[in-house]
Amino acid sequence: MAIKDMPREELLLPGNAACPGCPASVALRVILKALGENTVLTIPACCTAVIQSLYPKTSFKIPVLNMAFETAAVSASGIKAGLRMQGKDDVNVVAWAGDGGTYDIGLQALSGALERGTDFIYICYNNEMYSNTGVQRSGATPYGASTTTSWSGKTEHRKDLMGIVRAHNIPYAATACVAYPEDLYNKVKKAMSMRGPKFIEILAPCPPGWHFDMSKTIEVGRNAVQAGAWALYEVENGKTTFNGPSKAILEKKVPLKPIEDWIRDQGRFKQLFKPKRDEARIAELQAQMERDWDKYRRIVAGECAEL
Amino acid sequence: METIINTANGIAAKAVQMARPKVVAAYPITPQTVVVEAIAKHVETGELDAEFICVESEHSAMAATIAASATGVRTFTATSSHGLLLMHEMVHWAALARLPVVMVNVNRTVGPGWNIWADNNDSMSQRDTGWMQVHCASNQEVFDSIIQAYKLAEDGRVQLPIMVNYDGFILSHTSMPVDIPSQAEIDAFLPERVPCWSIDPKNPVSHGNLVPPEYYMEHRASMQNAHMAAKELFPKLANEWKEKFGIYHGGLIEDYKLDGAEYVIVTLGTLGAEAKVSVDELRKAGHKVGLARIRMFRPFPAEEILRIAKGRKSLVVIDRNISPGYEGVTFTETKSVLYGNSNVPVYGYIAGLGGRDVTYKHIIDIAMEAVNGKASPDVTKWWGLKENEVIS
Repeated sequence: MAIKDMPREELLLPGNAACPGCPASVALRVILKALGENTVLTIPACCTAVIQSLYPKTSFKIPVLNMAFETAAVSASGIKAGLRMQGKDDVNVVAWAGDGGTYDIGLQALSGALERGTDFIYICYNNEMYSNTGVQRSGATPYGASTTTSWSGKTEHRKDLMGIVRAHNIPYAATACVAYPEDLYNKVKKAMSMRGPKFIEILAPCPPGWHFDMSKTIEVGRNAVQAGAWALYEVENGKTTFNGPSKAILEKKVPLKPIEDWIRDQGRFKQLFKPKRDEARIAELQAQMERDWDKYRRIVAGECAEL
Repeated sequence: METIINTANGIAAKAVQMARPKVVAAYPITPQTVVVEAIAKHVETGELDAEFICVESEHSAMAATIAASATGVRTFTATSSHGLLLMHEMVHWAALARLPVVMVNVNRTVGPGWNIWADNNDSMSQRDTGWMQVHCASNQEVFDSIIQAYKLAEDGRVQLPIMVNYDGFILSHTSMPVDIPSQAEIDAFLPERVPCWSIDPKNPVSHGNLVPPEYYMEHRASMQNAHMAAKELFPKLANEWKEKFGIYHGGLIEDYKLDGAEYVIVTLGTLGAEAKVSVDELRKAGHKVGLARIRMFRPFPAEEILRIAKGRKSLVVIDRNISPGYEGVTFTETKSVLYGNSNVPVYGYIAGLGGRDVTYKHIIDIAMEAVNGKASPDVTKWWGLKENEVIS
């Protein structure tokens, strides 16, 4: 689906309260174009709770149920059950949460809903930190990145959330990035065509959190995918397929780039370069990226079940 | 009317089945588990046309119940003690979202150390969440209160969640005969829920979004008004039930032998059932003692407490709970009603914490302290304490 062929109608209305260059608002526009009006969104505490703007106004043209931080997935279970009992099983029930609400505080509820087989789409927009509360470290924050709770750079790697999700054996799980809206659109459409729990994780580069210029959101996202720091793939009934630039990297048609190409322009990694170059930490980030791709290749080759 | 014999847990599940909720989400915890098991079975056998969401925690039980209720359907959950405490955030949420969720809470002590027996500290700790709270003293009252709770909660003037409480094991695992109206009679008393709002793609509204200071207080004030409306409605529902089915447990408060009583025992839950035996014995012995059993704890029956206090020599409040650092919660509430309105002394006793047995004889002894002028209005007295095992 080319961007020009996507529905013209905007279900995230203009005048919302997103920051300039906000990746969440880009992603919301795209996913709502795919989902259409027959959709209910439930959102926990996250940037989108602010983006929707203040009571008594809203910037959504679909019904939204705001819920507590750790409840996005189980809220979808409740909504789906309530609608189904009223014969409204055709409504798309979507939980839309940040990485804090998914990797960390909402992980238990997510696992519960996936295991129960709730018929819904869970979308995590992952900006790799707690942006809404002012850039704190989350389970999604990459090694070496500075946040307001890991000032000199996080000392641990991010959690393999897709591995956790995949271990629930759900019909569909996919990664996406705001820099690839057609890919995201198609993945939402594919998720809508299936019954049961569907999971999509979107890399969402956040200008104020990652410390880059607000005009560069798409560029930073594109660099992440092209460098190999973020992979685009989908797991459909257990079968893993890589998409877009990630397919070429997987097949070694395009070499992995130095991780530096991606991190150099982000202020959150500046401690890896100033006051002097931190070779050890840059090398560790590079090594982790290579370990990830080794694992991806073994999965696609059927040598490894876990992602 | 059919008479069945079952435990309060079994009776609660029966009442829920007859109230016909569309979504039930719950998690097991002693001594509530039997309620969840029975409802799951009713759903599996088709005796209850509902979705049973088998959640992974009580926090999720309340979250799922809230979300389902927001779609406009009738919902139910049940919990106890630590489960209720894990829910706490969502307990607030249900009330502020103004959703008529009905929840059974089987009163159980909070640990550590682990203790599965009855006291009220679990529900008392939810006092300020905005939920209505009913406390039951018999299995019949459990059945009747659950049906009435739906009608009250879903009333357009109320739109608040309600917690139906009963004491762990003392009621939850004790069988008693209960009169059950027919399904047609229940349906006539409790028609299908008509929601004031619901999540619906045909009406794209955002619910629960960021509310700035210039609006928030009005939400709270509206909730307070809803509680005041509930306080008027609940006794009317109790009367309607009496007229239809001939069963009555009192209104906001159950009066027992208050005529001519000089001393009034004030308590709630099964202590109120036990206290009736004590009052009977005291009356036989010529002591003018009566009982006021609080049925509805929130909204608090302030006017009723005033009515009951009028002309008495003293009130004796027995709490199966404590607000540490102060005193029994019902004791505090009762005194606050009387302040500036009445000079009747109020005596406070803590009894039965952690499921320690409180018999009618204990309650007689407590009441006799007031009768004999030996009670002190200044301090809460702990009843039945093994002083040598208390660290001072």
